[in-house]
Amino acid sequence: MTERKVTTMHDAVAELVRDGDTVAIEGFTHLICFAAGHEIVRQRKRDLTLARMTPDVIYDQMVAGGVARKLIFSWLGNPGVGSLHAIRRRIEDHDPGPLEIEEYSHFGMVCRYVAGASNLPFFPIRSYYESDIPKVNPKIVPMRSPYEDGTEVYVVPPLVPDVAIVHVQRADAAGDAQIWGLLGCQKEAAFAAKRVIVVCEELVDGSVIRRDPNRTAIPGVVVDAVVHEPLACHPSFAQGYYDRDNAFYLEWDRIARDPETLEAWMREWIYDLGSHRDYVEKRGEASWASLRPGVALSGEVDYGSYA
Amino acid sequence: MSAVPELGYSKSEIMIAASARGLAEARNCFVGVGLPNIVCNLAQRTVSPKLQLVYESGVFGARPARLPLSIGDPTLATGATAITSMFELFAFYLQAGLIDVAFLGGAQIDRFGNLNTTVIGDYERPKVRLPGSGGACEIAIHARTILVIMRQAQRSFVERLDFRTSPGHSGDPAHDAARGWSGSGPTSVVTDLATYGFDPGTGEMALRTLHPGVKLEEVRANMGWEPRVSPDLGETPPPTEEELRLIREELDPGGVSTK
Repeated sequence: MTERKVTTMHDAVAELVRDGDTVAIEGFTHLICFAAGHEIVRQRKRDLTLARMTPDVIYDQMVAGGVARKLIFSWLGNPGVGSLHAIRRRIEDHDPGPLEIEEYSHFGMVCRYVAGASNLPFFPIRSYYESDIPKVNPKIVPMRSPYEDGTEVYVVPPLVPDVAIVHVQRADAAGDAQIWGLLGCQKEAAFAAKRVIVVCEELVDGSVIRRDPNRTAIPGVVVDAVVHEPLACHPSFAQGYYDRDNAFYLEWDRIARDPETLEAWMREWIYDLGSHRDYVEKRGEASWASLRPGVALSGEVDYGSYA
Repeated sequence: MSAVPELGYSKSEIMIAASARGLAEARNCFVGVGLPNIVCNLAQRTVSPKLQLVYESGVFGARPARLPLSIGDPTLATGATAITSMFELFAFYLQAGLIDVAFLGGAQIDRFGNLNTTVIGDYERPKVRLPGSGGACEIAIHARTILVIMRQAQRSFVERLDFRTSPGHSGDPAHDAARGWSGSGPTSVVTDLATYGFDPGTGEMALRTLHPGVKLEEVRANMGWEPRVSPDLGETPPPTEEELRLIREELDPGGVSTK
């Protein structure tokens, strides 16, 4: 009944991510698909515009890997730690070259995805008043309400990524995808994008999805490829599966601060590995065991049977 | 953060305690990471048991079982009242005016409580590229009151911001009253040296209390303008034994944010 979308990360990236694309690997601290970023670096994609609310360590790695021409973002830092040094070198010192940036606030970025997902020409929000942000980003434009109150709002343009890559806890082979915990902009980015890769911790039968339809964030109808890649979010986390590896986020500050250390890390953990399977094996079972959370099951609800 | 051994608490600890007491009336509080997180959790255990912790990651009514390491820590999801999409959080909760207090900080603040979290130096070729707005710009506009926690220094308390990320008061109270925002801007600033309010007549920061052992000269030496001083300048009450116990034993036993 459904076309077969299940593929490998290698093939999904090779087929669906093209040089010059605008790529959104979303996930707000949660469900950030690092394995996809690594694969894009390994395949030496070029001139990408990378969109994310919070570029996070994943875009620092991708910028260090030379795949990016431009960043679109709303908060550019290593969350809870500090700076993203590879990106900062590009912006502050043009080292090893300049990096174009286009920045918003969080609400602005969220609404760019919402406009993209809703096929709207712009989205109005009450933000940016008396801020310098619109002065450095001419795409954020003030506008008066056409109704009697004439309220001034700012509008942001739709964001329509060529490719969105979203990680989820579970999906079926058709790409019907379920998320729990922090939702980020996974749904909005997927509906906004022209092509969508869903990466999942667990590939499940469609009946599992249908047992709990309220939890479905993304329907397979907007999904082009499904990749089953457990642990693909490390050092980010997947609620209920593995915790954020905070030690790595702290360690990244030291690694990325020095270009030579960074290059050695990129070689050891991305270029010299064939796939995320190698990464999982190389980190070792003990490191994964240390990130496993305890159990906190949700209660069940009764949808009722109406046969 | 340097300790103040003769006083029995650190500078961070008095910042936390002084800020937490400011939350006595708060119900729905937008929380950040680091000090604000400990402040809100302390307030929930002391002056404001009904405080709802709201995180921009989409969590309303968080009950973190451990100190969250970021605003998107998984401990915020488990046991929360609600997890919303980020659109709902910013639109239905923040923009619609449900948030009555939020914490902000920044690399630079001016005397009217405007904040810079974007760049030091020129925007196009910055000396230091900072994270940018995140949710700060809209939080500054919509949260009914803004509490600022920042360490105080000449380079951070500046006469002129390099970039205005988040608006504070304009310096013209008539203009501020006509803005029509749900937020009324920053109401207090807590630093490692002192606490400040804002003068209702001018919207300007006014020194309210000095932390124990801090001299007015030290405060003056660590800001880029001559501060307005409240006529009833007092001393910040030190953290109580119970506040210190909660901070050290329950909220930050590893001393991650409070050393």
